[in-house]
Amino acid sequence: MITSFLGVLFDGLAYGMLLFLISVGLSVTLGLMNFINLAHGAFAMLGGYVCVLALQRWGLPFYLMLPLAFLLSALAGLLLERVLYRHLYRRSHLDQVLATIGLTFMAIASANYFFGPMQQPVQVPQFLSGQISVAGVDLNLYRGFLLAAGAALTLALTLALERTRFGASVRAAVDRPRVAEALGIRVGLVFQVTFAVGCGLAGLGGALGVQVLGLDPAFPLKFIVYFLLVVAVGGTSGLKGPLYAALLLGVIDVAGKYYIPEIGAFIIYAMMVILLVLRPQGLISRK
Amino acid sequence: MSIALRTDGLVKQFGGLRAVNSVSLSLPQGQRHAVIGPNGAGKTSLINLLTGVLRPSAGEVYLGEERVTRLSVHQRVKRGLTRTYQINNLFPELTVLQSVLLAVCEQHGVATQLWRPLAACAAEIAAAREILRTLNLHHIEGEAVKELAYGQQRLVEIALALACKPRILLLDEPAAGVPKGESAALFAAIARLPGEVTVLLIEHDMDIVFRFAERITVLVAGAILTEGTPQEIARDAQVKQVYLGNAA
Amino acid sequence: MSIPTQAARQIPVAEIVFWLVLAAGFWLWPSYLPLASQVLIAGLFALSLDLVLGYAGIVSLGHAAYFGVGAYAAGVLASHGWGEPFSGLLLAAVCAGATGFITSFLVVRGKDLTRLMVTTGIGLLLFELANRLTDVTGGNDGLLGMEMRPLLGTFRFDMYGKVAYGYSLAVTFVLFLLMRRVVNSPFGLSLRGIRDNPGRMLALGYPVHRRLIAMYTLASVYAGIAGALLAQTTQFVGTDVLSFNRSAELMVMLIVGGTGMLYGGLVGAAVFMVAHHYLSDLNPSYWQFWLGAFLIAIVMFGRDGVLGACLRLMRAWRVRAQKAALES
Ligand SMILES: Nc1ncnc2c1ncn2[C@@H]1O[C@H](COP(=O)(O)OP(=O)(O)O)[C@@H](O)[C@H]1O
Ligand SMILES: [Mg+2]
Repeated sequence: MITSFLGVLFDGLAYGMLLFLISVGLSVTLGLMNFINLAHGAFAMLGGYVCVLALQRWGLPFYLMLPLAFLLSALAGLLLERVLYRHLYRRSHLDQVLATIGLTFMAIASANYFFGPMQQPVQVPQFLSGQISVAGVDLNLYRGFLLAAGAALTLALTLALERTRFGASVRAAVDRPRVAEALGIRVGLVFQVTFAVGCGLAGLGGALGVQVLGLDPAFPLKFIVYFLLVVAVGGTSGLKGPLYAALLLGVIDVAGKYYIPEIGAFIIYAMMVILLVLRPQGLISRK
Repeated sequence: MSIALRTDGLVKQFGGLRAVNSVSLSLPQGQRHAVIGPNGAGKTSLINLLTGVLRPSAGEVYLGEERVTRLSVHQRVKRGLTRTYQINNLFPELTVLQSVLLAVCEQHGVATQLWRPLAACAAEIAAAREILRTLNLHHIEGEAVKELAYGQQRLVEIALALACKPRILLLDEPAAGVPKGESAALFAAIARLPGEVTVLLIEHDMDIVFRFAERITVLVAGAILTEGTPQEIARDAQVKQVYLGNAA
Repeated sequence: MSIPTQAARQIPVAEIVFWLVLAAGFWLWPSYLPLASQVLIAGLFALSLDLVLGYAGIVSLGHAAYFGVGAYAAGVLASHGWGEPFSGLLLAAVCAGATGFITSFLVVRGKDLTRLMVTTGIGLLLFELANRLTDVTGGNDGLLGMEMRPLLGTFRFDMYGKVAYGYSLAVTFVLFLLMRRVVNSPFGLSLRGIRDNPGRMLALGYPVHRRLIAMYTLASVYAGIAGALLAQTTQFVGTDVLSFNRSAELMVMLIVGGTGMLYGGLVGAAVFMVAHHYLSDLNPSYWQFWLGAFLIAIVMFGRDGVLGACLRLMRAWRVRAQKAALES
């Protein structure tokens, strides 16, 4: 009982860490530009397919695949920001929803065309597969790696946000966009870079998560609720909120599916509706 | 004369900033009252507290005898409290007539009717047109509000307030953004309000304030500095120093 | 639409022609009647979303919830031996309306994104529910064994879909007329006011939430009847009636047709489903890809959809014709 609980907790945390990595970019987009990007999951999917291609076709080693997934997704983000997104910042939320759903459709169709509708199998690298036993609990090594990598990235992000000049600009732009503008911070540029990094992180999360989340063309729609939920619960300023929200969500989802499988996804959706109703301003809590 | 609007120790705290600091006002019915004060004094915040857009951190609001502090915005409107906005707050996609009709229909209690065509609401349309005529807007009644010049939109703002048949009218810098020559129609319409309507005016133009107001409240940094008749305020040394400082 | 005079009371020629063409469908597209019924049903469903989105301005990605409830209500009734069509519609309207009323309290709170997520969440919840309640819904296999009795006791649902088409057309037409009346009423105007500026509506004394709840309940009734029509005319209900895809496609149809114009939903449904019919034969991926591209294009280059574009063309043409007449 206890051991199964610890195992579930562990899996849930690893799962939550993935959700955090993927969602953090979405939270920044929403907080910075009040922009609803329903296509965010497509960047995670892109990272996932980069992972599949790199490992399966090109035979790249795992540790080279990860930066590649990050870079290509970030590049795609940068490109789309220039071509599409920047025209939508000042538009209504409905326009943003429509355009990004359109983009999601295009991403799904492309994935279908190039990779087919099936789930992509991916082999965890040798040195990360298997179980280790800690205090009598069998823990999946890859999930341990996910937790460690996620923690390291979170730390790096926190440092970057709190200790660098650029990080200060980002925080200023999120909290007080007008003031930031008045102080001479180029909010547009800040947004471009953060958007690209956010997409890169989503891609990285997608690449790391092929094992755990699965990967097929429907990915961007299947998980968008989870990503939005992280942002909804966690808020849009700072990293702590989304991190805790993602971990909580991960644990609840895994525990729910483990202990009461009959209800399945029900729990998450119900939680989402209830949370949003209790906290209707939750998404963008700052005025 | 009975008190139409009263506040008791009203406070609004924004984080570290006390935008409204224990303001106690009392407006007898029918009074023409002005609130003046430098930018950022908390005048708009005060109106937001009176109308229920903001919840006070402390203090109470009374309409007549009734405490309305916990009532929502639309419930206070139902009790005759109406406002205009410092910055236009209109229905950009609707026409001028449609906008005013919205207010009139709610006043006449026909706004819940699913079945009557709007075109058949002759009484409401006539009432709306009447208001538009007093503000010289009748010739543009069919234009979308978003197409109008800012000054004309200001008049629509007033038209909406008048259409609510207010018993207490709060005007937040109604002439702000209206070209000097065009504000006459606006103030003429306000002057034509029935005598029993209580008006609270926020305005920067001292000429207008002194001509209009029976009493003036001076708000500085969220708190009431002083209150009195226009003559008293004009003579007040403190007011001269704080508010008219540079001019005097 | 700008001046509420008699104009709103007249029914323009174009509208009459529109419905006459649909009525002539029995002879104009006799071999496509089943597809045409589906278009009508989707159009009715889109009309419901138009009230929510086009008139009241609530962005919903979960509208299939009410469609699905209606479909299951009619389906379950018919599969339990009560196959009279109109009582099925009535039950669907009541069930979907009740669902809409209850959930509307959740929906009207919050702003755009919150509403988007709450509606999506409600849709997903009901979808999961239908998947779990296999006793009632048949789960993945769908609800089988619906037996429809003849319409009005005389017209048997035939395999060419003639009766189904006539039935769908009649129901859609009647509900359309009612909706037309509603959006041209003071209530309809108040919805547009809420869409434009809910805060100012409060300041005019409108109980905005209550209005939205009424609107949402009415829209749910419409969605439920559309769902019931689909169930009855196809004599089958699968869980896809509640799927997220259905909600998203519905939104696309409405946007393609044009929002806030009543006819946008019907036009959009026709364009969407006919295009789908022909294009998805090529390759399903192509269809989805170009659909996405089209959505982006609509957002970028004009949001009033096909119907809006037609109206603009017609206006331009009329101005040209007038000019030509003046010059000659
Ligand atoms: N929603 C708000 N949040 C934080 N501060 C606010 C808010 N609204 C107003 N303030 C602050 O309160 C003070 C008073 O503002 P306001 O009432 O608009 O002044 P006035 O109308 O007299 O110019 C200003 O310093 C303003 O920045
Ligand atoms: Mg002000």
